[in-house]
Amino acid sequence: MKWLTLILLIFLVPGQRIVADEFSEKDVERWLAQFEIVAKEGRQLWVSPKLGTNGVACAQCHPNGANTHPETYPKFQKQLGKVTHIWEMINWCIKNPLEGKSLAADDPKMIALQAYIYKERKGVALSPGKH
Amino acid sequence: MSISRRNFIKGSSSALIAGMLPVSMVKLAFAKPEHNFTFAYISDSHIQHIKNNQFVRNWDQGLKRAVAEANLLDPKPDFAVFGGDLAQLGTKAELDHGAEILSGLRYKNYMVMGEHDYYLDYGEYWSELYGKQYYSFDHKGVHFVVLNSILTYDEWNNRWDTAEQRMGEMAGLDNPNGSPFMVGKKQLKWLKKDLAKYDKDTPVVVFSHSPLQKIYKGWNFWTEEAEQIQKLLNRFEQANVIYGHVHQIQYNQIGNIAFSSVMSTAWPWPYPSTYAQAESHLPILTVPMNRADPFDERDATGWQFMNMHSGRTDLSFNLYSNDNRILKWNAKRNHLEDDKYQYQNNPTAPQKHY
Repeated sequence: MKWLTLILLIFLVPGQRIVADEFSEKDVERWLAQFEIVAKEGRQLWVSPKLGTNGVACAQCHPNGANTHPETYPKFQKQLGKVTHIWEMINWCIKNPLEGKSLAADDPKMIALQAYIYKERKGVALSPGKH
Repeated sequence: MSISRRNFIKGSSSALIAGMLPVSMVKLAFAKPEHNFTFAYISDSHIQHIKNNQFVRNWDQGLKRAVAEANLLDPKPDFAVFGGDLAQLGTKAELDHGAEILSGLRYKNYMVMGEHDYYLDYGEYWSELYGKQYYSFDHKGVHFVVLNSILTYDEWNNRWDTAEQRMGEMAGLDNPNGSPFMVGKKQLKWLKKDLAKYDKDTPVVVFSHSPLQKIYKGWNFWTEEAEQIQKLLNRFEQANVIYGHVHQIQYNQIGNIAFSSVMSTAWPWPYPSTYAQAESHLPILTVPMNRADPFDERDATGWQFMNMHSGRTDLSFNLYSNDNRILKWNAKRNHLEDDKYQYQNNPTAPQKHY
């Protein structure tokens, strides 16, 4: 009887209701703005001659991030002999055409580069594994 | 034992390279056989200075290879053309280094101005090396015109604090701060006057860096006065425009004018249609290339040689690490056509190794 009273109290007493976290339009705006800031940083890195060591920038071969196919990852990358995500291909480009040092997967620069690429590819259907 | 090992290696490697070249040229009988000849076309090498005596190896290799291979053409072409963007940022170091590699060509070489050669000093140093920025010449009954089609509005030129900044802004293909290419009033007037001297049955070939047609403004696959230039050229029964800048195969027919692009020796560009956020107007005739294998630094780059016959130009694209492609003039359909891949009966993309 004691337990039943307790349960009833939890559910029926006003102000004691447990609710999930809610977000407002203002929150969404703020979060999108955060994304845009990072994507903008990504664009700056994309055109930067300083991401690598030889002055070559990502945008030289990939204007507007084109021909990077972010929607197809993860996929089997024949030349690497395994299923990879796009950040590994970005590192491949940094190391080879840009003659630079690879970035950690969670390096803020790597996140920014991906934010930019995905933004330019917005609206294209996901197609993991596609060649 | 008269062949030394060294000579043997030299000989065999030349034979190997020659074997990869599209050297079997089609000989056809035409009404005016004097119009039949060949020329080589190299473009968009983007020689890029790092510092001191260092240059980006990858781009150097592309130009060196094109020069070496073009020198092996047999029969020899009548001349060579370089289609613009010898340098990446127009510096003296880049232009000098590029000019030195290019000087290895054994043929008379005509130069076209690219935006990467121009916007640091408005082409001043380039002109010291190569002379006039636009000009014309005649060869075996064909009238050739070389345009400087990468000029732009004065207002844009004067917008930047430094010459380096102006060059940097124009060097980014997808830079929203860029400005559309044009030939300008003065050159258009010159072109009109130059062409007026020729009858309509004279074959005309125009070399420009930018396409003299409007494909995609966002990447400057574009020339502002395209329609006006086309109007001037359309008077000729056989007009041909060969352009660089786009780093990919494109071809088109507008009235009497056959358009075709040339490859870059440095790196390939995606077709504008692959950019999801914009619309482009890729000519319907073009059977596109497949995307390049990024792990092969020469894939989807290359150079070409041209077989000029009866006022029209067949193009052989010598594509490193890939199947070569040939565009031939189809006299029945009156346009250029890939000799293997046509939309009508064979829509398969020609390169499928990646």
